[in-house]
Amino acid sequence: MNLNRRNFLKALGLTGVAVGAGKTLNATSVKKDSDKEFYAILYDSTRCAGCQGCEWECALQHGLPDPDLEDIPEVGKIRKTDENRRTVINVYSTSKGDVYVKNSCKHCNQPACAAACLTQAMHKTEEGPVIWRDRKCMGCRYCMVSCPYDIPKFDYHSSNPDIQKCDMCWDRVKEGKLPACVEGCPAGALSFGLRRDMIAEARKRINDNPELYHDHIYGEHEAGGTSVLYLSPVPFEEIGFNTSVMNKPYPELTKGFLYSVPSIFVLWPAMLLGIQKATSRKNNQTEDENE
Amino acid sequence: MKMSSSDIVLSKENDRKSIRSFLVRELKPKGKLFTPFNLISVPVIIMGIIIIVIRFAKGLGAVTNLTQETPWGLWIGFDVVTGVAFAGGAYVITFMVYILNLRQYHTIVRVTVLNGFLAYVFYAGALLLDLGKPWNVINPIIGNSFGVSSVLFLVAWHFLLYMIAELIEFSPAIAEWLGAKRARKILSGMTLGAVILGITLSTLHQSGLGALYLMAKEKIHPLWYSEFIPILFFVSSIFAGLSMVIFEGSISYKVFSDQISAKDHKSHHNIIHGLAKVCTITMFVYLFLQILAFVHGKNYEYLGTRMGNWYLAEMLGFVLLPMILFFYSYRKRNLLIIKVAAIVTMLGIIINRLNVTIIGYNWDAAVQYYPTWKEIVVTLTIIFIEIWIFRWIINRMPVLREAPSWAKY
Ligand code: SF4
Ligand code: SF4
Repeated sequence: MNLNRRNFLKALGLTGVAVGAGKTLNATSVKKDSDKEFYAILYDSTRCAGCQGCEWECALQHGLPDPDLEDIPEVGKIRKTDENRRTVINVYSTSKGDVYVKNSCKHCNQPACAAACLTQAMHKTEEGPVIWRDRKCMGCRYCMVSCPYDIPKFDYHSSNPDIQKCDMCWDRVKEGKLPACVEGCPAGALSFGLRRDMIAEARKRINDNPELYHDHIYGEHEAGGTSVLYLSPVPFEEIGFNTSVMNKPYPELTKGFLYSVPSIFVLWPAMLLGIQKATSRKNNQTEDENE
Repeated sequence: MKMSSSDIVLSKENDRKSIRSFLVRELKPKGKLFTPFNLISVPVIIMGIIIIVIRFAKGLGAVTNLTQETPWGLWIGFDVVTGVAFAGGAYVITFMVYILNLRQYHTIVRVTVLNGFLAYVFYAGALLLDLGKPWNVINPIIGNSFGVSSVLFLVAWHFLLYMIAELIEFSPAIAEWLGAKRARKILSGMTLGAVILGITLSTLHQSGLGALYLMAKEKIHPLWYSEFIPILFFVSSIFAGLSMVIFEGSISYKVFSDQISAKDHKSHHNIIHGLAKVCTITMFVYLFLQILAFVHGKNYEYLGTRMGNWYLAEMLGFVLLPMILFFYSYRKRNLLIIKVAAIVTMLGIIINRLNVTIIGYNWDAAVQYYPTWKEIVVTLTIIFIEIWIFRWIINRMPVLREAPSWAKY
């Protein structure tokens, strides 16, 4: 009953589709910021041994095909996530020797993918994981266009294609369990907890061991802050990170446009009607004079 | 010859019969069957439909070159984004006729609105071919999952509402064809409202198509990415649409010349000159905005690079040049140069939209996207089917030809 009323109100709001757009955008982002601290994963590349244990655990957990035994991390080769794998390990040769890096969805605090999604299939949960929902998705791939990290992947060879991306094992997190990769990592490179605590932990590791770490937590501010945080022994551009991402949340880029929509919806018709009245009167007058 | 069921009270039986014979008569093709256009378009359409079937059976990868890095290709970049820009003529012309009351443009309203409507149905409809799960397209419409913070949500809704607005604007012609006098009266009464709604929606979704790409900040070449994309898309849709009107008009006036009265023939020249003037002004504004975006983005460093040259070619060859041509031909009242200018402008719009959506998108990626021949055939299929339907309607409804005498007020 309650729900129906809400839906009804929502539908009402649709008459001013656009009017809703600006307002709701504002409301949700405000709520999410203050409500609850997100969970986050801290990945420490100085501890990662490149064993690909996380890749195996992830595949098992999400019913994806086993990782290809031939396809292992190699310097100079960039392995990418795709429709069959949600996380990959790569290795880079750096000023401090070979460094392994895990790549997957960053679970942005204000995700571009979710702001882009017109069906709310991409959804930032209150717990922090950004999840994808099969029944809502229409496969438009706008999330792929918008994600600054090129994370969502699409199955181009299926007649009912899914979007594939890490969901931080949301099903497990809801039950109070650790994400599969965190639980399965034998080297202790992955930790899981509240984002605030993970940042504190990362800071502490850098302070305790300044020679080992490059002094930067990737994900603390990138793309407006993310729920996957990275530590590295070397500057992040050396290990293939996108360092040109801005520190503002990506949805901000469309906010200006979306905010202007309601005012145009109010102003335009009024203005058009005004011009119409003015010009038709003028025309009538000239016609009168001619007669 | 017109159906007059609403005039004479017929018995039900008779009514049904005459409706059937009316339908049979109107559904039959008119004119010659073996024209060059038919000979080319029919095989393409058949091939296109086969490819579409394969696409739905085996997935997008079976017929397109789309990749994980380039999720939107020709069907979005050309069919939807460029096609809708060309359909902009409808809102500009209705603005001139119904809002500014420039009555001299009235003769081309119907054909332009019809063109706009069909363009939306087909080009925006091309979006469905590109969706991975098209059956879920109802989700953002029926209201169980509104992604209200999405620009695409806005654009999709506006497409839908705008199609309805254009259908209302065109509906008097349908009523005249069916001989429905009362319906015509009611429908024409709704025109102004539909026009106002249509212009508002067009402003927003023409710019919205540009705003779609705002979040792809690092992916689009800086020469084509700026926060001005929405405004640039909007302003360019004005002269894109009008160039299409000029181009399409000059073809229609040859192909369907039997439908057009001598009076209309003469006024058509004046109309084209007027449109050339509007094109000149809006292109000037557009060029100014482009320069503003260029300076604002501090893009000097890219000049001299490969993409920089391409950018200059677009701005000089396909905006500045046609603008000068429009200006010159308007002053000299030279119809031929106007047509040339319109064609160059249209090429420029295609280049610009593809630069944002495909060529400049991930311009530095290792593997560049280029469409497969199958994607191109499907695009042609959509265009050809649209022309077929356009022709079918023109030959039957009073679009170019004058409305029946009872419909004059
Ligand atoms: S990294 Fe990309 S897919 Fe993941 S939450 Fe951020 S925007 Fe979405
Ligand atoms: S592909 Fe699916 S998840 Fe991505 S934006 Fe479109 S509807 Fe949303």
